[in-house]
Amino acid sequence: MNAPAYNFAYLDEQTKRMIRRAILKAIAIPGYQVPFASREMPMPYGWGTGGVQVTAAILGPRDVLKVIDQGSDDTTNAISIRKFFAKTAGVATTTATAEATVIQTRHRIPETALRENQVLVYQVPIPEPLRFLEPRETETRRMHALAEYGLMHVKLYEDIARFGHIATAYAYPVKVNARYVMDPSPTPKFDNPKMDNCPALQLFGAGREKRIYAIPPYTQVVSLDFEDHPFEPYRFNAPCALCGAEDSYLDEIVTDDQGGRMFVCSDTDYCEGRQAAGHHGSLSAAPYREKAGSHG
Amino acid sequence: MTTIAELPPGFVDKVLSAQSTFRSVMDAMARPGSVQRIVPMAGAPDTMMRGTAAIALTLFDHDTPLWLDARMVESSDLVKWLKFHTGAPVVQDCSIASFALISDGTALPPLDRFALGTSEYPDRSTTVIIQVDSLASGRGFELRGPGIDGVATLQASIKPFDLFERLRINEALFPRGIDVVLVADDAVVAIPRTTRVVSKGS
Repeated sequence: MNAPAYNFAYLDEQTKRMIRRAILKAIAIPGYQVPFASREMPMPYGWGTGGVQVTAAILGPRDVLKVIDQGSDDTTNAISIRKFFAKTAGVATTTATAEATVIQTRHRIPETALRENQVLVYQVPIPEPLRFLEPRETETRRMHALAEYGLMHVKLYEDIARFGHIATAYAYPVKVNARYVMDPSPTPKFDNPKMDNCPALQLFGAGREKRIYAIPPYTQVVSLDFEDHPFEPYRFNAPCALCGAEDSYLDEIVTDDQGGRMFVCSDTDYCEGRQAAGHHGSLSAAPYREKAGSHG
Repeated sequence: MTTIAELPPGFVDKVLSAQSTFRSVMDAMARPGSVQRIVPMAGAPDTMMRGTAAIALTLFDHDTPLWLDARMVESSDLVKWLKFHTGAPVVQDCSIASFALISDGTALPPLDRFALGTSEYPDRSTTVIIQVDSLASGRGFELRGPGIDGVATLQASIKPFDLFERLRINEALFPRGIDVVLVADDAVVAIPRTTRVVSKGS
């Protein structure tokens, strides 16, 4: 039996044209969700079918592709998507942020600052930031049309009333170019400031929900907040146990059933790069033991 | 009477040429005022620049109603070429067009005759592709807006001369509006609806 023949980057040309037109409109209207005719992909919804379609529509033979899942290059989702494009498009792949021209991501923005010749493609599960506040699509469309975002501020206020601070820790809503409120996908709010005035183009694809949206380079992205409760990025108060970084977003890893845990960089490329440059964690690779009673 | 066999050819490699052309247009749209080059070349009928032809082959199909200006409609070879290579329906009513091709900028219709999108679906608007004399020399323009780090400058020789004054309707209409793609031979500049332009004089 012959091996199945795929078009370059899997998608057929008519589908790519449709997605490309949606991408151009998304760039022209920053933060607005453009409906598109999302296709079934050879992977389940929730595994990045939206991001994969966006990547397939922009990818060329000279691109260098990096794929991360929660900051990591070596988890199942990242590896399978990277191999998917290595096979269907024959593109070069990398784990180094600085070498990549297209970076597809699930739920993180790399720690290494992005550059002008890079495109960041986000996998998005639920593109509508107002969806959990208003289930009707007709209503959320109208709210976006009227820039009627009071409900979102009420939601953030209710956080403050209940917890004393804005408890939203990921998928923290942003306002793009002072117009559209946008869901940055479930990235930790730690990453929100990186979206603002970013030199790279940022594209968002939601496969199941059939939406594409974008943030052009050098575009203002503001995290919603209040004067007396300003936005604050959150980070575990610890250095990375492997590379000692004090500025990176950390994953908490439980190491035993005695309360042992370690904090390590979520961005594996950043962490490996620092270790290669001679940085070490305070406990080297040994578990970082959190002091009893301290949370923070 | 031109037969189909005599029409200028499309892309030699449809897949990779369309990808390369799209990336040039995407970069142009993402960085308004920057001049991007379209590398892959296709045969282009009279009155159509090679950049325009490449964009047509990359973005047009049966889903994109197309409006042509008078000079282009008069060229039966051009209409045949578009129909054969893209299958895009040519429409008389520019308010339902996905794309409009303008070869003679002096005859550009008032911009509010094109589709401007709706408040709920601002993406349902016409992308107006205008062929211009030069994107390398001419009057200077200062551009600001998303995609631009501070201020971008564009040297261009454009008809109609008051194009950017006309595009000021985008300020009041946003998020509705008109996105413009300027083509000069193989050079492309995009002016999305978010870009604000001030003339610097000559």
